[in-house]
Amino acid sequence: MAKRIDVTDLNVYYSAFKAVEGVSMTVEPRSVTAFIGPSGCGKSTFLRTLNRMHEVIAGGRVEGKVMLDNQDLYAPNMDPVAVRRTVGMVFQRPNPFPTMSIYDNVAAGLRLNGVKNKKSLDGVVETSLKSANLWNEVKDRLGKPGAGLSGGQQQRLCIARAIAVQPQVLLMDEPCSALDPISTLAIEDLVSQLKNEFTIVIVTHNMQQAARVSDRTAFFNLRATGEPGRLVEIGDTTKIFNNPTQQATEDYISGRFG
Amino acid sequence: MSSVTGVPTVNDGEGPDGQRVPQADRASTGRLGDRLFGGAATASGVIVIAMVTLIATFLIIQAVPALMNNQENFLTSRVWSPGGEEPGFGILEFLWTTVAAATIAMLIAVPFGVAVALFLTQYAPAWMRGPAAALVDLLAAVPSIVYGLWGLITFAPFFKPFQGWLESTFGWFPLLAQTGITGGTILFIGIVLSIMVVPIVTALSREIFGQTPLAHKEGALALGATHWEMIRTTVLPFGRPGVISAAMLALGRALGETLAVTFLVSSLPNGAAWTWSLFNGGETFASKIANNAAEFSSPTRTGAYIAAGLVLFVLTFAVNSIARIVIERRKAFSE
Repeated sequence: MAKRIDVTDLNVYYSAFKAVEGVSMTVEPRSVTAFIGPSGCGKSTFLRTLNRMHEVIAGGRVEGKVMLDNQDLYAPNMDPVAVRRTVGMVFQRPNPFPTMSIYDNVAAGLRLNGVKNKKSLDGVVETSLKSANLWNEVKDRLGKPGAGLSGGQQQRLCIARAIAVQPQVLLMDEPCSALDPISTLAIEDLVSQLKNEFTIVIVTHNMQQAARVSDRTAFFNLRATGEPGRLVEIGDTTKIFNNPTQQATEDYISGRFG
Repeated sequence: MSSVTGVPTVNDGEGPDGQRVPQADRASTGRLGDRLFGGAATASGVIVIAMVTLIATFLIIQAVPALMNNQENFLTSRVWSPGGEEPGFGILEFLWTTVAAATIAMLIAVPFGVAVALFLTQYAPAWMRGPAAALVDLLAAVPSIVYGLWGLITFAPFFKPFQGWLESTFGWFPLLAQTGITGGTILFIGIVLSIMVVPIVTALSREIFGQTPLAHKEGALALGATHWEMIRTTVLPFGRPGVISAAMLALGRALGETLAVTFLVSSLPNGAAWTWSLFNGGETFASKIANNAAEFSSPTRTGAYIAAGLVLFVLTFAVNSIARIVIERRKAFSE
């Protein structure tokens, strides 16, 4: 159910602009890896290369290797659609489909995969909403529009939608940045539960959040504006926050810049 | 809800997340600029409403005396002799021709127009979108007499063998039965109308498809949707109210189009045998009125034509209301 990600020497380009340079890292299965770093350091861009979502933007391409267990995500015969079915994603702003009910939002991915059986859909919708800690709040109004929920509930709905298709990996791009502290706490609790089943990579601007939820932390930085972002170091979260090897990491986590 | 784009234009006191949005500030309404613009806007609104009401009133007042003198059943008769001592007139033929031709036009123009809009917003390479969209808009600006000429001179010779083939292959089906009429048949008129209204459908659909939030599209793609599945789950549902509104505007044009239809239509001789075939001729409301404008010699005669115009007015109004209801029923799911 959960797979390891191995990245080797990855460069990310948007047309001629090199956005991220020379990233190599390993993401362990059933763990939470947090990406931290100042704005524009390429952490979100890099995250999107893990399910080829960067290709949605015109001119987006990579050099290097991303392996999901033994599968090369950028092999010539690899369909990006297939990659995204294995590597799910949750976005910065909750984006439930506004024209769909709560139920249909969660069922959307399964329906794309051709599941039509009402009974199996019902089952998956219920387990996914339960896994996303949302079931009790919405079980009496599954037919109501998903856009009618609060921001935090919408984000949990998006998580339920993402995990309903049973991905191997769940990518989260600043999932709490549009939410209030209570909703943030609910999402963080959820992340800690979900890591028993999924490999989770979370981008966050909030260093306390990284310290609270993640097992490992990667610090991204860039030398100067206009230069490509790069990975400064990655290690166990306790080590990165207490005893980083790089001066830049130390400066960032102690609040000297960024 | 704007009837043009289908997006909410008038705020009803609540913002997207249900919070109050600011209303007009009382303190500033006394200033000259506010009074000027507020007054001008209000006056425009009132004038439009008054105009529609007055047009309806005019039609009714003119039509009622003629209808009182009518010796035939207005809705179910095919006779049209509004002059003389005992005038008798019915609109069945015009109603059938108008509705049938407009329906054919919509059946062709809506799917085709939506497909063109999807191509322009979702598939076409970026450099092509602007010029191609401008070309489609240009089609909307072509005067209808040009479509009439094109239909008569260029399209009719192509259509004739096609009609012959349909008649010989599907002639057993009442709607496609042979009539002996060629040229301005209902099907032919419907196809010409569809070409005239495609740009309307495309222009408005393109606007609303282009507004689909990137977040929704990315949400679908991240679930493993293909390009077409992404369009089906996000772009089309998001654009639905706009497409319905576009179809209504197009239908209004198709129902009321006069010049091209008058130019092309094969009118039936008085007392011609009735058939349901789409290869029948027959006047539409608009072409009948236009063809006979010179005959408005007595109040009863005039009233008969105005009564026919009134039916067209009511028809358009009814179709628009139905579309509005369809959009409103799904409102909670469209924001």
